[in-house]
Amino acid sequence: MKRFLAASALASLALVSAVPAALAGKADDTLNIVWERELENVDSYFNTAREGIIFSRMTWDALLYRNPQTMAYEPLIAKSYKWVDDTTLEFELNEGITFHNGEELDADDVVFTYNWVSNPDNGVKTQRNVNWIKGAKKLDKYKLQVMLKAPFPAALEFVAGSVSIYPKDYYEKVGPDGMGLKPVGSGPYKVTELEPGKKIVWEKFDGYMKGSPKGTPTIGKVIQRTIPERNTQIAELLAGRADWMWRVPADQADRLSGSGRVQVVNEQTFRIGYITMDAAGATGDTPLKNPLVRKAIAHAIDREAIVKALVRGKSSVVHSACFPTQFGCEQGVTKYPYDPAKAKELLAEAGYPNGFEIPFYAYRNRDYAEAMIGFLNQVGIKTNFGYLKYAALRDKIRAKEVPMAFMTWGSYSVNDVSAITSNFFTHGKDDLALDPQVKELLHTGDTTVDSAARKTAYSAALKRIADEAYWIPLWSYNTNYAFSNDVDFTPTSDEIPRFFTAKWK
Amino acid sequence: MLVYTLKRLILAFLVALTVSGITFSLTYLAGDPATAIAGETASDADIEYIRELYGFDRPIYVQYLEWAGKAFRGDFGMSFYFKLPVADLLLERLPISMTLGVCAISFAILLSIPLGVLAAMQPNSILDRLALGISVVGQAMPSFWFALMLIVMFAVWYPILPTTGSETWQHFILPTIVLGYYATPAIMRLTRTGMLEVLGSDYIRTARAKGLPQHVVLFKHALRNAVIPVVSLAAVQFGFMLGGSIVIESIFALHGAGYLAWESIGRNDLPVVQAVVLVFSLFYIILTFLSDLLNAWLDPRIRVG
Repeated sequence: MKRFLAASALASLALVSAVPAALAGKADDTLNIVWERELENVDSYFNTAREGIIFSRMTWDALLYRNPQTMAYEPLIAKSYKWVDDTTLEFELNEGITFHNGEELDADDVVFTYNWVSNPDNGVKTQRNVNWIKGAKKLDKYKLQVMLKAPFPAALEFVAGSVSIYPKDYYEKVGPDGMGLKPVGSGPYKVTELEPGKKIVWEKFDGYMKGSPKGTPTIGKVIQRTIPERNTQIAELLAGRADWMWRVPADQADRLSGSGRVQVVNEQTFRIGYITMDAAGATGDTPLKNPLVRKAIAHAIDREAIVKALVRGKSSVVHSACFPTQFGCEQGVTKYPYDPAKAKELLAEAGYPNGFEIPFYAYRNRDYAEAMIGFLNQVGIKTNFGYLKYAALRDKIRAKEVPMAFMTWGSYSVNDVSAITSNFFTHGKDDLALDPQVKELLHTGDTTVDSAARKTAYSAALKRIADEAYWIPLWSYNTNYAFSNDVDFTPTSDEIPRFFTAKWK
Repeated sequence: MLVYTLKRLILAFLVALTVSGITFSLTYLAGDPATAIAGETASDADIEYIRELYGFDRPIYVQYLEWAGKAFRGDFGMSFYFKLPVADLLLERLPISMTLGVCAISFAILLSIPLGVLAAMQPNSILDRLALGISVVGQAMPSFWFALMLIVMFAVWYPILPTTGSETWQHFILPTIVLGYYATPAIMRLTRTGMLEVLGSDYIRTARAKGLPQHVVLFKHALRNAVIPVVSLAAVQFGFMLGGSIVIESIFALHGAGYLAWESIGRNDLPVVQAVVLVFSLFYIILTFLSDLLNAWLDPRIRVG
C-alpha cells in the first residue's frame, strides 16, 4: 500500500510539473482571444465570415476608414478623396506606407487590387463587395481613380471597409492560396503564425503608418484560438487562459458578470430581426396577401416584451425595415404597437374572425420564435412551425415555399440602407412583396449620389413598406463580450471587434 | 485459418464497397452541391457555372466511379470550404482522433477488464457492487456534462491540466478520461458476465482440482475464454470512439477528424464528409476484420464454425 501511495504521489507530481504554463496575458503582453468558428481562408476576398472581417481589419488597411463611433469616413491609405463624377472616385495616397514584407504601398498596389477583385474570373467570394467596381487607373505614383459601373453612392462603405489593399508583387506571385497561408498587409498587426482553422498569431507592426485613424497598436501580441464549445471558452476565460470572447448568451453573461473575475460588456449590432410575409401571393392564396392581416400580425406581437425578457441587452424594438444608424433609415414610419384587440378587429375586418392557420418558419433563436407563436395564437392565428438551417430556409424562401418566416439580417455591417432594404425589396429572390413602387424608389436611392435625393427616396420607400406592413421589423440584436479585467476594450455596433484599439489597463 | 482469413477479407471488401456507394449517394441527398459551394450571394449563372466546373451535371454513377477511383489512390479532392486537398486535411486531423481513440480504448480496457474480473471473482460483494455502480454511472452520465465538470474542476478550480488544444500529451488526459469512461460500462459488464460463466465451467473446476494457483486459473484459463466477446465489443467501441468523439473533440477544441466531419456537414463540404465517413468506415471494417481474426485465434472452434 505504501508503495502504491508513493507511486501515486510521484505520478501526480510528474503530471502537475509537466503541465505547460498557462497562456500569457498582460504579463507577457499577449492578448488571447477565442472564437468558435473555423475560418476557411484568411484571404479577405475568399471568406464570408465575420471572423474574416475581424482578421482583415487587423492585417490589412483600406483606402479609407469608417469611424465606428461617428460613422464618418476618415483618411487611411488615401489622404483624400473626391467624386469626379457620379461614377468616378479619385484618391490621393499617403506616402511612406509599407507592407509587412517591406514593399512600399503606392498607386500600383491599389490599382492592381481594385482591378483584380473586380474581375469576376478571379472568383472573389462576396461579389457584392466588389461588383460595383468597373476598374481602376493610375494617375501618378500616389494618385489614382476608381471607376464605377453605375452611380453607387454606397461605394464609400466598401472603399472604407471590405476592399483591403494588397501588395501587388506579392499577391501576383502567391495568389489567394499563398495569401491564405502567409498573409501580407499594411495593417496594424502582422501575422506571424497561422494554423488554418485553429490558431492565428499577430504581432504589432512596428512600421505601421503614423497618425492612422485606427490608432497605434499597443498590445504586443494577439493570439486567436478556435474553441468550438462556448462553455469551454468560458472556462478558459475564468481560468485566465483566455482574455477575450464574444457572443456570450444572456444568462451566462449575467453569471460571468457577477463572478467579478471578468468584465462583460453588451453592445447592440447592425443585425435586426424581422418577419417576412408573402404579400405578393407567390406561395399561393394565403391570408397574408391582405394588408389588414399583415397589420393584425404586427399588432399581435408584443415586441417590447420579447426584447425585455429574451433578447435583452442594448437591443431595442425597430419599426422601420433597417438599422437606425444606417444612412437613409427613415424613422418616421407607421408603427404597430402591441394591441391584441386591434389585431382581432383587423382580422375580423379582413374576413378571418376566427383566425387562420399558416406555416411559420425560423432558423435561429427558437425561443424568440416560440414567443411570437404564443402571441399569434392569442389572436387566433395558428402556426405550423418549421425550424430549419439557414441555408435550407433561404432556399425554401427563394423557392416560394414559405409564406411567413422569422429572419434576421446583419447588413454586412454596411451603414447604408442599400445593404438591407434594397436587398429585400427590389424584386430579388428574397422579395416577397414585389411592390414596383418600392423598387423604383429604392433604385433611385441606390443610384443617386445626391444625399438629399437619396434620403427622400429611401424615406418614401420605407414609409410605404411600413404602411403596407410588408415586413414586421422586430428588434435589433446585441452581443455580449466577456474579457479579462486587465483589458481595456470597447465594442462597436458594427460588430467588428477592433483589437488594434485594445489596451492593457 | 487461411481460408477463414480470405473469406473475411472478401466480406470486408464488399462491405467497404457498399459503404463507399452509400456514403457518396447520401451526401448528394443533402441538397444541390453547386448551390452550397456558390454561397449566399451567387446568381443562377454562377451556380450553373459551378455545376459544370465540378461536373455535378453528369450522371451520379459517373461521378461515383470517378470519385471512387481517385479515393482508391488516396485523392479525395479539394475541400469546398478550406480550398485545401481533403487528404491533407485528413492527414493533419486523423492523428488527433486516432490518438484520442487509442488512449480512450486503452483507458477503458485497463479500467474495465480488471474491474470485471474482480467483480466476477466475488459476485454480490461490495467490490462487485462498486464495479456495477461505476458502470451504471458511466452509462447514465452524459459525456458532455462529465467533460464540462472535469473542465470546471481542472481548469477553473484547480488549474493543473490544459483543457483545449492537442499540443502535448497532457492535453489528451481529460478527453481520454471522458471518452474512455463512456466505453467502460459495456466492456466491464461483458467481462464480468463472461468470467462468471467461465468460472462456473467444468474445465475451471478441473484446473482448480489440479491445484493450479488462483492467478493461473483466472488469467490463463478463464480470462482467455471470457474475453472472446470482449474483443469484438472493444473493436466496435474503438470504431465508435474514432467517429463518435465529435462532442468530445468539440468541447476540448481538439480539431480532430470527427469534429471536422461534423463541421463539414453543416458547411455542405461534400468531399470532406465523404472522405471522413469512408475512412472511418474503413477503420471500422478493418477493426472488425482484425477482431474476427483475433477471436479465431483465441477460439479455434470459430474457424470451422
